[in-house]
Amino acid sequence: MDRFVWTNGLLEMNETLVIQQRGVRLYDGDDKAKLDVGVVLLSTHRLLWRDQKNHECCICIPLSQVIFFEEQAAGIGKSAKIVIYLHPVPENKEPGPYQQSKYSFIKLSFKEHGQIEFYRRLTEEMTQKRWENTPVSQPIPTGTTPKAARTRAVGIVGIERKLEEKRKETDKNISEAFEDLSKLMEKAKEMVEVSKSIANKIKDKQGDITEDETIRFKSYLLSMGIANPVTRETHGSGTQYHIQLARQLGDILQAPLEERGGMMALTEVYCLVNRARGMELLSPEDLVNACKMFESLKLPLRLRVFDSGVMVVQLQSHSEEEMIASALDNVSDKGSLTAEEFAKLLGLSVLLSKERLLLAEKVGHLCRDDSVEGLRFYPNLF
Amino acid sequence: MSFEWPWQYNFPPFFTLQPNVDTRQKQLAAWCSLVLSYCRHQKLYTLDVLEAQESPVFNNKKIERKLSVEAIQVVFEELRKKGNLEWLDKNKSRCLIMWRRPEEWGKLIYQWVSKNGMVNSVFTLYELANGDDTEKEEFHGLEDWMLLRSLQALQAEGKAEIITMDDGKGVKFF
Repeated sequence: MDRFVWTNGLLEMNETLVIQQRGVRLYDGDDKAKLDVGVVLLSTHRLLWRDQKNHECCICIPLSQVIFFEEQAAGIGKSAKIVIYLHPVPENKEPGPYQQSKYSFIKLSFKEHGQIEFYRRLTEEMTQKRWENTPVSQPIPTGTTPKAARTRAVGIVGIERKLEEKRKETDKNISEAFEDLSKLMEKAKEMVEVSKSIANKIKDKQGDITEDETIRFKSYLLSMGIANPVTRETHGSGTQYHIQLARQLGDILQAPLEERGGMMALTEVYCLVNRARGMELLSPEDLVNACKMFESLKLPLRLRVFDSGVMVVQLQSHSEEEMIASALDNVSDKGSLTAEEFAKLLGLSVLLSKERLLLAEKVGHLCRDDSVEGLRFYPNLF
Repeated sequence: MSFEWPWQYNFPPFFTLQPNVDTRQKQLAAWCSLVLSYCRHQKLYTLDVLEAQESPVFNNKKIERKLSVEAIQVVFEELRKKGNLEWLDKNKSRCLIMWRRPEEWGKLIYQWVSKNGMVNSVFTLYELANGDDTEKEEFHGLEDWMLLRSLQALQAEGKAEIITMDDGKGVKFF
C-alpha cells in the first residue's frame, strides 16, 4: 500500500476512464487497509481509489507499477478479490496514505461484485499499455528501479507475458472455431427469412405459385421443421393468435376426443398438442386462452370447468344427460362404485370418471359413502 | 320386542353426510325419525353425545359404518329445530330427547284422566308416573322433568294446575 500516492482524482489529458466499480475495499497485502470501502477506478494510465463517503480522499497508482495480477475466488463470508503485485517503491514517489509496507502486493476486495468485468478490463489495459503511448505528467518510475529489483521484476513480468500470450492464443482459436458457426447462423437466418416471405406470399396468394407447388413447398417446410405453425411471430400475441390457435386445436382435437368418449382433461390436451407440434410448443396460458374462444368461434368444442376446478375440453355434441344416465346405470349394476372402478370400467382417466360421478351426485342420482375404505358412490335410494 | 331398524340403517351412504342438499334433507329426516323411534323404544330420555357415538344407533357394526361426531351434531341440531331435543349444557354434550313433545304427553295424560273420570282430582306427580293405576299407560315411567313439562303445557292450555305441596308437587285437572 505504500505505492499509492494522493491525487485529486482528476484525469489527465489523454487519460481516459475505462471502468469503475464501487464497494471495493483495499488490502495492504493480506491485511485490511486502514481505509473504508470506496470506488476503484481504472484508467488507461492509472489505478485510482476514492473513498465513497469522503470524496476528498483519493489515491492512485500508475499501471506501470503493476507487475502481475490474479483473481482470488470468493469464499464463505469473503468477497472475491483481485491481487495485484507491484514494483518496489520508486525513490521519487509522492506522498501517499502509507509511508511503508511490508507487502509488495495489494488486494482489491469486491464487496459488491464486479470483479469479473474489472479483471477483464485491467487485463486489456495491461496488455495494451496505452500509457506508454500517451505519457501523462505523473512520473513513471520504471527507469529508477535498481538493477537487482528489475531482474526480479523481469522474471515475474516474463511469466505474466507468457500468460498473456497464451490467453491471446486461446482467444484466437475460439474465435476461429466459432467463425463457421456464426456464418451458418447468418445463412440460416437468411433461409428462414426467405421461407417466411414465401409462406406469407402463399397465405396472401400474391405469388405466382401453383397449388401443387404450394403443397410441395409446405412439405419441404415441414421436413425442415418450420411447418409454419401458428406461432407468436406469425400471428402476434393476443387474440389474433388465440383465435388462429383455437381453430387449429379444433381440427387437431376432433379425432382424439371422439376416441375418448367426447371429453379430455385439459392436461391431456396439452400433452397431446405439444407432442404433435414437436417444436414451437404451446404454453399452458395460450392453450387455455385459445380454448376459451371455442364458443365464440362456433367451433364444435367447449372448454368446461367443473366445480372442483378441473378443466376439460369436450365435444359440443357430448350429452351431459346421457353421461349421467349411463353413470347411474353402471353404478346400479354393480351396486356401488369408486372413482377408480368406474374409470376402469369405462376406460377413462380417474379424474374424469370422478367428475362424472360427482355430476351424477349433484343432480341427485347418486349418493356417496365416505369412510376409511374410501369414497364410494351408490344409487340414491333416499 | 326388538327394535326394527329402517332400511337406511344398512345403507352405507346413510352414515356419510350427503353434500347434495336435497339428498341431505331426506337423509336427515330419516336420521331424526330413527333417533326418536329408537329412544322411544329404549325409553331413553337423555343422550350423552360421546356415548351416543358408540350406541348402536349411530354405529352399525355390521356394515362397519358410523356417523361422525360432526354429523351427529348436525342430526341433533335438526332435532332441536323440530322441538324434539334440548341441550342440557352450553358445551352441547348432553341433551334431552323428547321423542314425544310435552304437549303430546300432556294430551295423553289428560285423555287418561278424563277417560277414568278423574277430572277435578288432584294427583301427585309420583302417582301419575309411577302409580299402579297408570302402569299400562305410555306415560308410566315418564321422567320427572318431562312429566312436569307436560303438565306445564296442560296448564298453559288451562286444563290443569300445578300445585306445590309439602312433599313435592301435585296437579289438579280441570
